[in-house]
Amino acid sequence: MPRRDDIHSILILGSGPIVIGQGCEFDYSGTQACKALQADGYRIVLVNSNPATIMTDPEFSDRTYIEPITPEAVRRILELEKSRGTPVDAVLPTLGGQTALNCACELDELGLLEEFDVEMIGATRAVIERAEDRQAFREVCESCGYDLPRCKVVTSVDDGFDFLEEIGLPAVLRPAYTLGGSGGGIAYNREEFEDQLRRGLDASRIGQVQIDQSVLGWKEYELEVVRDHKDNCLVICGIENIDPMGVHTGDSITVAPIQTLSDREYQRLRDASFDILRAVGVDTGGSNVQFAVNPETAEMVVVEMNPRVSRSSALASKATGFPIAHIAAKLAVGYTLDELRNDITETTSACFEPSIDYVVVKMPRWTFEKFPEADETLTTQMKSVGEAMSIGRNFREAFQKAVRSMEVKRFGFGLDGQDRWLASQDDASVEWPIDEETLTRKLAVPCQGRLYYVRYALKQGWTAERVHDITRIDPWFIEQFERLVRFEDTLLAAGSLEDIDVDLMRQAKQNGYSDPQLARIFLGDISTENILTVRAYRKQLGVMPVFKLVDTCAAEFEAVTPYYYSTYETPYEVDGKAVVDDEIRVSDREKIVILGGGPNRIGQGIEFDYCCCQAAFACEELGYESVMINSNPETVSTDYDTSDLLFFEPLTLEDVLDIVERLNGGGVDEPNRQGGVAGCIVQFGGQTPLNLAHGLAAAGVPLIGTGLEAIDTAEDRDRFKAILEDLGLKQPPNGIAYSLEEARDIAEDIGYPVLVRPSYVLGGRGMEICYDVDALDRYMRTAVDVSDLANAPILIDQFLNDATEVDVDVVADFTPHESTRSNQITASSDPPRAIIAGIMEHIEQAGVHSGDSSCMLPPDTLSPSTRKRIAEHARALAEALQVRGLMNLQLAIRDDEIFVIEVNPRASRTVPYVAKATGQPWSRIAAKVMMGRSLADLGMQGDQSPPTFHAVKEPVFPFDKFPGVDVVLGPEMRSTGEAMGFDRSLPMALAKAKMSAWLPLPTEGHVFLSVRDGDKIAAIDVARSLVSMGFQVHSTQGTCDLLASHSVEATPIRKISEGARPNILDRLANNEIDLIINTPTKTGADTDEGRIRAMAVRSRVPMITTMTGAIAAVRAITALRGGDWQVAALQDSHAAAEPARS
Amino acid sequence: MTARLARLVLEDGSIFRGGGWGSSGRQIGEVVFCTAMTGYQEALTDPSYRGQILVLTTAHVGNYGVCADDVESDSPQVAGFVVHEAAPLRSNCRADEGLPEWLARHGIPALDGVDTRALVCRLRSGGAMRGVLAVDDAASDEELHALVQASPSMSGLDLATEAGAGASGERTETLDAFWPAPPLVDGPPCQVVAIDCGAKRNIYRHLVSAGCAVRVVPPTVTATEIRAMEPEGVFVSNGPGDPAAVEGLIETLREIAGEVPTFGICLGHQLLALALGAKTWKLPFGHRGANQPVRDVQRGRIAITSQNHGFCVDADSLEACGCTVTHWHLNDGTVAGFRHQSKPIMGVQFHPEASPGPHEAADLFGQFVESMHLARSNAVAGR
Repeated sequence: MPRRDDIHSILILGSGPIVIGQGCEFDYSGTQACKALQADGYRIVLVNSNPATIMTDPEFSDRTYIEPITPEAVRRILELEKSRGTPVDAVLPTLGGQTALNCACELDELGLLEEFDVEMIGATRAVIERAEDRQAFREVCESCGYDLPRCKVVTSVDDGFDFLEEIGLPAVLRPAYTLGGSGGGIAYNREEFEDQLRRGLDASRIGQVQIDQSVLGWKEYELEVVRDHKDNCLVICGIENIDPMGVHTGDSITVAPIQTLSDREYQRLRDASFDILRAVGVDTGGSNVQFAVNPETAEMVVVEMNPRVSRSSALASKATGFPIAHIAAKLAVGYTLDELRNDITETTSACFEPSIDYVVVKMPRWTFEKFPEADETLTTQMKSVGEAMSIGRNFREAFQKAVRSMEVKRFGFGLDGQDRWLASQDDASVEWPIDEETLTRKLAVPCQGRLYYVRYALKQGWTAERVHDITRIDPWFIEQFERLVRFEDTLLAAGSLEDIDVDLMRQAKQNGYSDPQLARIFLGDISTENILTVRAYRKQLGVMPVFKLVDTCAAEFEAVTPYYYSTYETPYEVDGKAVVDDEIRVSDREKIVILGGGPNRIGQGIEFDYCCCQAAFACEELGYESVMINSNPETVSTDYDTSDLLFFEPLTLEDVLDIVERLNGGGVDEPNRQGGVAGCIVQFGGQTPLNLAHGLAAAGVPLIGTGLEAIDTAEDRDRFKAILEDLGLKQPPNGIAYSLEEARDIAEDIGYPVLVRPSYVLGGRGMEICYDVDALDRYMRTAVDVSDLANAPILIDQFLNDATEVDVDVVADFTPHESTRSNQITASSDPPRAIIAGIMEHIEQAGVHSGDSSCMLPPDTLSPSTRKRIAEHARALAEALQVRGLMNLQLAIRDDEIFVIEVNPRASRTVPYVAKATGQPWSRIAAKVMMGRSLADLGMQGDQSPPTFHAVKEPVFPFDKFPGVDVVLGPEMRSTGEAMGFDRSLPMALAKAKMSAWLPLPTEGHVFLSVRDGDKIAAIDVARSLVSMGFQVHSTQGTCDLLASHSVEATPIRKISEGARPNILDRLANNEIDLIINTPTKTGADTDEGRIRAMAVRSRVPMITTMTGAIAAVRAITALRGGDWQVAALQDSHAAAEPARS
Repeated sequence: MTARLARLVLEDGSIFRGGGWGSSGRQIGEVVFCTAMTGYQEALTDPSYRGQILVLTTAHVGNYGVCADDVESDSPQVAGFVVHEAAPLRSNCRADEGLPEWLARHGIPALDGVDTRALVCRLRSGGAMRGVLAVDDAASDEELHALVQASPSMSGLDLATEAGAGASGERTETLDAFWPAPPLVDGPPCQVVAIDCGAKRNIYRHLVSAGCAVRVVPPTVTATEIRAMEPEGVFVSNGPGDPAAVEGLIETLREIAGEVPTFGICLGHQLLALALGAKTWKLPFGHRGANQPVRDVQRGRIAITSQNHGFCVDADSLEACGCTVTHWHLNDGTVAGFRHQSKPIMGVQFHPEASPGPHEAADLFGQFVESMHLARSNAVAGR
């Protein structure tokens, strides 16, 4: 059946802010769905509260609602669309993760779908419940004759303990209806069991936790399955987890295709997936089914299924070239698989199962360094924040590429700067061998970096069997690691780089060894110079990578879509000449290379992917061929139709140079070659590409946009200070300390409190505020490598108490200094200018990392004259740095004085938010400017008039995944994502932002107020407002007395330390508190305050930890109580803005 | 994986050098590629690959060893085996032996460490080619090339008669637990004569499990001999080589096909088509893999099928001789199955017995049994 004609308008639900377990893969799937359905002539109504997504760019849907993904907001959207005469006919909830599924179920439950005559397509509520309700799913599987691990769904702690008697420890806990296994885990003892059970019952939307018999150590598999309404079923990709059962699949290193199952075993999984899909009733779309297989008996059990596209389906799409979300969207509107075409070959049908002739490895990226108190053990609750994927012609190559894609200063499986064994060779103080007990523990407990210990064990002579017995990793993978360990000996037998011959070099590359590893082994350390030396030698030997296609069909058919990976192949002979097959088709169009951001992490995520996609769109509009290089499978940038050429590769100097040279026909130094690389964009992918900039420049790659010189100047304290002094701009008093004494002196000089941090960091790593000399000493002792202060000094700033922090994003078209300018791209003759894209006022005061603070655009409290001065500051700096492209400026404003905190002449995290708030695609404009167009050319004459809508950005935090971590905002960024509240009124925008961040403010009930002394005066007004709105305020006796003296009535509540019950923790646990206002005095998870905050997170009670935030919350609550609120589509609010894709 | 050097020399003169594994020696054959990602042991023992040098596209081969229960005939049938990387160990609890030892034991030379993708692209653009796989240093490249050029082409080659020679006896083995149980059929088993042109074991297991008593005969069987066995159904198996060259069997089938329900798979399907008067032709590089989509016209559904064939049946000539195409290959529109309009004859180009590959076409065996039951009840009614 072709497309359905009875539906016209489709509501697509997005997934909201990025959280652990729900990352930018749903921007990828949602964007595909929007594109696929729009191309079919449907009217798309989109709701997603995440402004950093590509899908919320107004061109991807007809009506773009940046609104909370909640029934309340969706009801208003349905009403508004109906009143406009364009009623929504259908809602598609299967492409926006768990958020969208949950929202759709609630819409149905509330009768809203019926009321508005909206059909749920892609999955029905019954299907969702059969798949997600543990008990229902078990019944479905058992009716098909498939086993699940023994289990019981419990709704109380007592039931849980009863069942534990039957199955024994360890036991696996999985709360129903949560994402990323939130609240789940493996319990090895009764205490853990109880703790996890309570947390799980709290986290589950329906208060259910499934307790499973442990199948720890079984092999784990996932099948990505697609089904259409004629019952055509396909497995798109089978994925094998290297880490056996017990580690959440999102935290496992996974491999495609499945390596260690015979055809009989594999087909049994395939049959089971289809049977389960049918029985659950997934009529159209993508699903994923997970299995465990007992390695000793080949026994198979079903673990779980998701009746929607997922992180794994994004991975499967990137791994095979088969666009699952695109196809799922088409199936949802009535197409069958045989009616759809395989876009990669353009000639064959989409109704087939991809075959791949390479190996794909996915590796998770964790950020435990941000949560030092968190338990790093990997369990059934996902803890990683991102992932990288790599492709090689064998597992070892793919695996080592995945390691270097992580960007954690590892360049492969050992033999790099972090290799303990290698270090022990020249440094007797490095302990080697590792004692057996430590090694056993490191192997037994699944943790980040466990595989390095597999290598150490093998290097220490442990047998593969012994390693397998402890880790339960399949012997086939261990043999692969063993081969690498054996090859190390061969490699090291070459005494020097020049001793490596062609064959050995090729073998090294085929095994995935990187130039940096060779540099470390033979040239001493990993520097740009050494990497380039290895490269030059390798080129001299003629060992260069070839590029092969990801073609869905293992070369059976010719592919047209240029989606490539690099590998090292063995030449063969034709007419006596050695040839290697390379499948790149290089056109004669000029190319712009865009370097992506690599795996998502805290501080570098979807925002930068958004910018990279915009750069690709800019290329298309200006007639350049866009070349995308990225290693992140969750992204829109790695969709095969975002750019003209896609390279799925690690973002290292070696890998990027390989691509640029190949596109240039062999060298990087021929910029005028027809169809060569005209420019490379390093400013859009976050810190990742910037870290490569110097190496690329040294190798002769033409970088476009703001010169490197300017980027360095902005990073260099002294040079930057000089510029500010030249311009007459102020900076908080500051200094650089190369020793502890110096640090003390500087701090004394500029006065406490001081903000201290190591130089050259992103996302506020290691940043702290010290209020006195003791705190400074402690910081210097514990947080910093004091021995290396000479190389990595400490920056000390005066901390501006009570200052308002402001972010400014700017686009400018100055001409960069000649030494760093590509002569390929000529600038226009218009006078250069800098345009203010947006001025954002932070709600939290200076001291909270800008990525973690809420902010408002337009600013709320800044006077017109201050705004004008801010704009002048920004323009002056853009000109001084000769910025061409984007620049972000961070300011602190106190008593009308403006202090410059930081300038970053590159894309910032806020650019997409500013774009959505102002209706201008700033990063696309900036990319065009970098490619040589002037702002005047692009019709950008001057600053925009302030938007009529208020946009509030609200961060979301992963604290619920890291129990035991104190929930306090500080200079170190810890949020994983953000939502935007968008409204005509600022208070309502504030309220929507909270709703979108999943912590809606209450309009009545009980507030617990506990503030530090300095905030007490401000707290009086907050309390008064709350009481006047009918809230009951609870506080400690002291605060109650203070409030009473100002005629504000409050109820005393006992401190935990008083010992009497019920205390505040009990009240939180009993859901008797609806809002917490707590400005921290003491931090640390073990303090009373820390426990209260932890309990608030666990009970999902909204909590505000700054006084400015509390004042904003009161305004938002007032607005919420004021009556009905409205929703608005971007298309209306920015009606005057130019269409984004001009 | 070993230090032995090995070469594959193609008829176009190109040479792929890599490591030798399996046995030493030299084998000539048509070089074909298969894109299935699992099932190397089933493929290697599939008699349809007889005389061919098989190239697998999947990156790692041998990982799960060889399991005696999973083979499709007594020994590997391929002439030679080419992979990107062979696994030295077996990692599977069901495995009895490692793949390298098993190949060596059966005298099959194999090659790894070559760019199999480049090789496949060459076969894809240049069409099927003959080649010699040499795991020895005795001959020069030129000598090997001359050998290949002197070898016969697959077109016109009757390999089926030899592959099925000596086939006899009953088959009683049923499907193992890895297959979903077929629906139970009432009544005594259907007596089936199976003409073995190099059949895969799993075909017989499917027939037996579907309710057939299977008696196997060689391709040289005559119509008289078949009639003498009074079968309720005749089955024609898969097998190697050019169908048009199996002239004797085509004659036999011309005489007997449709007297009782007749079912052919792969080569059997081609032979039935030829016997009915249709033509066959050689595909440029064949269909070999486990992901081949086939449209079942009657049900309007797609089955993902296992396929292994270099020849196919011409659609126009098939329809001209009273047959209806029941299955189409979705990618290139070639014939994937047919049914005679008046006689109980059906054939499919793909492998419903899977092994390796998807299980979803297995109900074709049930259809065959159903047609025999129908004939049985018609006979009762007619009596």
